[in-house]
This record gives sequence, structure tokens and C-alpha cells, in this order.
Amino acid sequence: MAPKLLEIKDLTVGFLTDKGFVKAADRVSLSLEKGQTLCVVGESGSGKSVTSLAVMRLIDYAGGVIAEGEIKFHGDELTNKPQDEMMRIRGNRISMVFQDPMSALNPVFTVGDQIAETLRIHKQMNAREAWNKAVDMLRLVGIPDPEVRAGQYPHELSGGMCQRVVIAMALACDPELIIADEPTTALDVTVQAQILELLQKLKRELKTSILLITHDMGVAAEMADRIAVMYAGAIVEEGTAEEIFERPRHPYTLGLLQSIPGLTGERGTTLYTIRGGIPGIGDLPAGCRFNPRCPHAKERCFREEPPLLPTPDGHRSACWLESGPEVKTS
Amino acid sequence: MSEPYLIEARHLKKYFPIKRGLFSRVVGNVKAVDDVSFGVRPGETFGLVGESGCGKSTLGRVMLNLKRATDGEVRFEGRDIQRLGSGELRGLREEMQIIFQDPMGSLNPRFLVKDLIGEPLRLHRKMSASEIDDRVVQLMELVGLDATRRNRYPHEFSGGQRQRIGIARAIALEPKFIVADEAVSALDVSVQSQVLNLLMKLQQELGLTYLFIAHGLNVVRHISNRVGVMYLGKIVEVASTDELFAKPLHPYTAVLLSAIPQPRLRGKRERIILQGEVPSPANPPSGCRFHPRCPFAKERCRVEEPALVEAAPGRQAACHFPLF
Repeated sequence: MAPKLLEIKDLTVGFLTDKGFVKAADRVSLSLEKGQTLCVVGESGSGKSVTSLAVMRLIDYAGGVIAEGEIKFHGDELTNKPQDEMMRIRGNRISMVFQDPMSALNPVFTVGDQIAETLRIHKQMNAREAWNKAVDMLRLVGIPDPEVRAGQYPHELSGGMCQRVVIAMALACDPELIIADEPTTALDVTVQAQILELLQKLKRELKTSILLITHDMGVAAEMADRIAVMYAGAIVEEGTAEEIFERPRHPYTLGLLQSIPGLTGERGTTLYTIRGGIPGIGDLPAGCRFNPRCPHAKERCFREEPPLLPTPDGHRSACWLESGPEVKTS
Repeated sequence: MSEPYLIEARHLKKYFPIKRGLFSRVVGNVKAVDDVSFGVRPGETFGLVGESGCGKSTLGRVMLNLKRATDGEVRFEGRDIQRLGSGELRGLREEMQIIFQDPMGSLNPRFLVKDLIGEPLRLHRKMSASEIDDRVVQLMELVGLDATRRNRYPHEFSGGQRQRIGIARAIALEPKFIVADEAVSALDVSVQSQVLNLLMKLQQELGLTYLFIAHGLNVVRHISNRVGVMYLGKIVEVASTDELFAKPLHPYTAVLLSAIPQPRLRGKRERIILQGEVPSPANPPSGCRFHPRCPFAKERCRVEEPALVEAAPGRQAACHFPLF
């Protein structure tokens, strides 16, 4: 059997602080197959960005440490690769799209130059070839007048255009995997709709695999083949989009889905809430990390941390609850 | 005739001059709010939605006279607030308050929480220190904060709790009218619903009237009685929440509704993908401002600007060809 495109096993990433080693991602396991979109969903502090930075090994520059676990890309271990080897992978075979396009682009170079740079470095193209390919890439991501736009600076483009440029840059070397960390969070809804449509088109046509990090369950429903829900540093539930949205098992996933006001149905009613707030990664409770906020917590939940267990329909949920919470799908 | 509205905008305009050159010559105007008329009824929540740069926050601030209008009137209980003297305006400030988006940016980090919440009381009320302290405790309990933590600084609180501090400050003087400017947008989903519930509870208990400004349509739908949709400085549609979401009349409203990703897999609206992006409010398109992006635009839309008129009973839309 061919190795999976990306396979993360028991990945623990953390930061050394004056309080000791603090785990931002705790034994995270994920896998992604070719052509698939995997969404990692979670609120702030859930560890979703740290996980994605670890895959790129950019976490080394953010002061983080990969303490344990494996990250296999085509079966090739990334966690112990020296940075100069990682540089040949980053932007080439795995590339990244960040949340804020304005800060992802260099303000003193034209957007064409910035895309061409990637191509000159990774594909050894000469200046002319690289420029022409950059223009092609801008056309591919739906930028009108790509020849003109390539010669412009980021401040001359709108936010949505800049995000298209960042996507063009990410796609330039024909990567096998794109990691998109909240790619539409900084954009307006109508522009977000355009960018999501673009990502889906690229996925269909180029068969690129996408690891999409988002806090928005709506975006996940739109994009995902599989979904991993993270909470306070750990994956609490993982399954296909259908399993997560239609048969959620973890009380956190369910609470998250129920606390979002809908566009149909009753209004003005008291919304479902998950009591309390998200714990800091430095002070997690004993046992299940969700126990202080869980309406179903039992004695065992305060004692023992649940691993990801198989659910009756075959997906995985980190919960001791036998029967699963009361599921109300609208 | 009694006023149907607690607060009303009449032909309200707010232009920001664009200055260039050595002598700061005015070369144009950013028309952030351009001839807007609408009113908020006592006790209701009026939701104001639109994308960034549409002028919704500016409109909110002009309504409170935090920014001075370029032209037009804001009437609060029948009085034009821009004609009031500074003494009268100060009195009015007690009646109208604002909750900001970013609780960290709107709370002074060097103030203790009790001083933050007590500040409006100190400025507007002749109350002794112990009276203020009692009231602070009462307010903190009302917004669901642990009053024993009043001697702490805002950074010791989580995002949702900080927003509760901002809410406690806003209701300290028992105002009638509150502008909530993206009050829950910066919060995580699980915390957002808690703050929404709090806002709804306070409205019931204190008889508040809200102008709820947000870009998140599902949140606006949940909390609002009526909704106004803004595009490039204009209100393009006003309707009761149920009617607006069931059947938008303005094409922009329809596009906006279709663009929101829904957290479920079945029963989605058909998506209308817009071309292009919001044009600059310094140089809005001719005729209907939405026509370059409108999937239904006709010749007339290019030349003639549609007014916000009654398009159906109780509903207003600014469109030559509303969607029926």
C-alpha cells in the first residue's frame, strides 16, 4: 500500500515558558489522502495553527518545539529534517496560504516578482520564464488583466485580490499539499464566497490536497471531505464531513454546532451555550480537557483522559460517554 | 403626532474630505454615509449589516454624535441632537451608549475593572465611593461577572468576560439606546452565544433599544426585529427580519444571504457568486451603486439612482427592479 500523502502521528508541539513546557498540540494524529480536503476546526487556542506550522516546520522559527510524534509526507519523516532540506519542500511540494494576505506579501516587490521568485528558486527557471509563469498563475486564480496586475504592488490590489495572489504563489510550483490557515477570515462574505469557490475549483482541476484550518463551521461544511475538531490542544472528534455534521458525538462538537444561530428556524430564543470559557493551554483540568464545560461529565471524565475512541458509525470521538449525547439536528 | 422612533436619521450624510498636496486642498470626499434615512423604534433591535467599508460603523457613530454629521439630522426622542448645546448633549450621553468590537482596545489597561465600570457613574452621577462600589457589584452580577474580581485589571479576564465589562460600562447609567458595533464579532463561537444571550436578557430586563451593527448575518438575524442592509454608504433595504431573510427584495441582500457558509450539509441556499469587489466610496458608480456587480442590472440602473422607497407593505428597497 502506498503511503498516505500526509500522516501525522501523536504529534506533540509546545513552547518552553517560565512555567515549564506547555503543550499547544497534544498527541495530534491526522492523515490526509491525495486530492482530499481535511478541515481542522477549532476556536482560539485549540492548537490548529500550531499543528499546521509544525507540518511546515515553521514552528521552529516561532519558538516552538516538536517534542514527540511523527509527520510523514509521502512516508518521508519531516520532524527531524534539517531546515535546508525543509526549504526545498516548503513553497515547492507543500505551500501555505495565510490569513492576512497583506502581511503575507512583501510591500516593496511587485506581485509578479514575488510569484516569480518562488519559481526561480524551486524550479530553476530563468527570469523571463518565471515571469510568464507568474502571469499564467494570476490568470488561473481569476485575476483580470494578469499582465498588468503582475507589475503592481500589493497596496494597489484589494484584500480579495491579494489573497488570490497568495494562492497563486502557493500554487506556482504545483505543490501536492496546500496548507491554508484561515484563508478567508480576513475577507468579506461575498469575497470569501469567491475565494472558497476558487479553492474548490483548483482542487477539482489540479487535484491538490488541502489542509484547511478554520474556526468557521460554515466554511468547513462548504469545503471539507474530512473534519478534525480540536479543543484546547487536542483532537476531540474526527470523521467525514457527514459524520461530524449529521452525527456529532463529542459534546463539544455538538455544543459548537448548536450555539451558532442559524439562517432559518427560530429567532430571538435563548441560544444554546457551552458554559465557561476556553482554558489556557497552561492550566488544563485533569482528566478530559472538556470536563469543566461538559453538561454530561461523569466521575470518570474527571479522572481519566479519553483517547479517540471509535463511534458506532466508525468515526472517532474522544469521549467516555457510552450512548453519545442527545443529538438534535435541525 | 407622537414619534414612532426613539432615534431617527433623516437624510444623514457623513463625508470625509480627501486632502492632497502642500496646502491640503480638498480633492474629493469619501462618502461614508450618503443620504441615509431610517429610524429605530423604542424597545426594538435594529440590525445593520453590510461588508467592510459600507459605512455601517460610521453611521452608528454619527447617530451618537461621536462623529459630527456633514448634513442631515439625527433626532432622539424628537430632538435634533446636533443642535443641542454641550450641556444638553452631556445629559443626552447618559441615554445613549456604545459597545465596541474589541474589548481590549476599548478598555484602558491601567484601570481596575471597578474603575472602568464606575467611571461613567463618577462622571455623570453624584454618588459616594461606597455607592459607586455597590452599583459596580450590582452591574457585574447583572452581566454575569464575578464581582469579587473587581479589583483586577482587564488583561486578567478572557475575551468574553472583557466584553461583559464593556457591556456593564455601557449600561451603568441606565441608557435607553445602545449601539452595539460588532459587539460579538471578535469572540469565539462558544463565547459569542453567551454574550448574545446576555444582550437579549438585558434588553428585556432594562427595556433597551439596540442598533446592532454586524457583518455576521446569522447573528443579526437571531437578535434583530428589523434589519437594514447597507452598501457603499446607502441603506439599500429595510424590512422585518423574517421577511428579509425569507424573501430579500434587493439583489445585494440576496447575494449577501447566499454567500454565508452554512454549518450544515443539506438545505443550502443556491449561491450567487458576485463579480468584482466593493468599489471605493470616494468614487461610487453612477446610477445604482450596485449596478456594476448586480446580476440583474439593466440600462436604467446605470443612469438613474434608485431611492429607498416602499417596495412592498412595510418593506423598503432601493432598487428599480426588486426581486418579487
